[in-house]
Amino acid sequence: MQDLVNIFVKSIFVDNMIFAYFLGMCSYLAVSKTVNTGVGLGAAVIFVLGITVPINYLLENYVLKEGALTWISDDFASVDLSFLSFIMFIAVIASMVQLVEMIVEKFAPALYGALGIFLPLIAVNCSILGGSLFMQERQYASIAEATSFGLGSGVGWFLAIVAIAAIREKIRYSDVPAPLRGLGITFIITGLMGIAFMSFMGIEL
Amino acid sequence: MAEEVAEKDNVEEKEPLFSKKNRKLLTDPLDDDNPITVQVLGICSALAITVQVQQAIIMALSVVFVMIGGNLIISLMRNIIPNRIRIIVQLVVIASLVILVDQILKAFVYDISKALSVFVGLIITNCIIMGRLEAFALGNKPWPSILDAVGNAAGYGWILIAVAVVREFFGSGAISFPGVGQLQIIPQGFYEFGYMNNNMMILPPMALVTVGIIIWIQRSKNTKLIED
Repeated sequence: MQDLVNIFVKSIFVDNMIFAYFLGMCSYLAVSKTVNTGVGLGAAVIFVLGITVPINYLLENYVLKEGALTWISDDFASVDLSFLSFIMFIAVIASMVQLVEMIVEKFAPALYGALGIFLPLIAVNCSILGGSLFMQERQYASIAEATSFGLGSGVGWFLAIVAIAAIREKIRYSDVPAPLRGLGITFIITGLMGIAFMSFMGIEL
Repeated sequence: MAEEVAEKDNVEEKEPLFSKKNRKLLTDPLDDDNPITVQVLGICSALAITVQVQQAIIMALSVVFVMIGGNLIISLMRNIIPNRIRIIVQLVVIASLVILVDQILKAFVYDISKALSVFVGLIITNCIIMGRLEAFALGNKPWPSILDAVGNAAGYGWILIAVAVVREFFGSGAISFPGVGQLQIIPQGFYEFGYMNNNMMILPPMALVTVGIIIWIQRSKNTKLIED
C-alpha cells in the first residue's frame, strides 16, 4: 500500500508530466487561457490516463513483452512483439477515448457537457501515450502500481494546467513587452515553474 | 536532411511545379507560420531532447521522414478515407512510420536511440504531424502535401537545432554532431581562468526559457506576429 502512495506522490511532483518531461505541452499551451477550460481538460486527462495506463499494462505484460505469451502455451516463450507496442498503445488510446466519450455521453450528460469537446483532443495528447510508454520503460511490478502511476501523472498534469491558467488570467493586467505577450511569456513562466518544481528532485520516496 | 535536399532539387528541375504558391508552402513554415513558435505544435519533443545537438539533429531527421511519408500517404488516400474514422487511420499510418524509424535508430545509432527514450514513440502524437495531416494533406494533392511536409519539418527542425545549440554551447561548452561526438568549442584555457559551464542550461526548464526568448526575438523582428 505504501508503495502505491509513493508512486502516486512521486508521479505528481517529482516526475511531473509537464515540468519534468514536457508532455502534453501543445494542449497545455492552447487550452490554458482560462481556468475553467483548464479544469475541464485536466479532468479529462486524469480520467483517460487512469484508464489507458492499466489497460496498456495488461497488453504489455500478457501480449507484447518477450515471453509474455507463455500463458497460452510454452511454445511462445521466445516470441517478442514489443516492436508493435507503439501501434497497439495508440490504438488502445484512440479506441478508449472513443468508448469513454460514448459512455460518458450516454450515462453522464452533465459530465459530457463539461468534458465534451476535450475528449477527442486527448487522443493526440502526448501525455497519454507518454504515460503508457513510461509505464513500459519503468516496468511496474503490478497493475495496481501502474494504475497509481497513471492517476498520479494525470493529477500532476491537472495541477500544472490549472496553475498556468490562473497565472495567465492574472498576467493579462501586466505590462509585458509586446513581442513577448501571449505565447512567449507563457513559455518563460512555465520554465520558472519548472525550476520551482525541480526542488522536489532527489526526494526518495 | 538528404531527403529534403533531393526534394528541393526536384522542385528546381520542374519549374511549373515550383510556382509561387508552392514556394510559399515551403518557406512560410520557416518564419511566418513556424510550427513551434507560431502554430504552437509539437512542443513536447522540441523541449525534451534539446540538451545535445546530435539528438536534436536525429530527432529533426526522424520528423522529416515521418512527416513526408505521412503527408504523402494520407494525401494519396484522402478520397477513400471515411470522415468518421480519419483520426484512427492517420494514427495507424503515423505509427507504422514511427515504428520504422524506431527500429532503424535502434539498429544503427543505439546510444542516441537510448537517449531519445520515449520521445521517438511520441512522434506519433507529435501535434505537428497530426495537425498537418488534418489541416493540409486531407484536402490537397500529393505534391503540395510533400512541400508542406518539407516546409513544416524544416521549420520544426531549425528551432529544435537552434535551441540545442544554445543549450549545449552554454551548458557544456561544446557542440556535438551525430557520428562525430562532442567537439569542445570553449578552449580549455578559459576553464583555467575560472570560466564555468552554466549547468542550469542542461536542466529541462531552460529549454522553455530558450524557446521563449527565440519567440521574443522572432516577434520583435516580425511585428505582425505580435498577439493582442
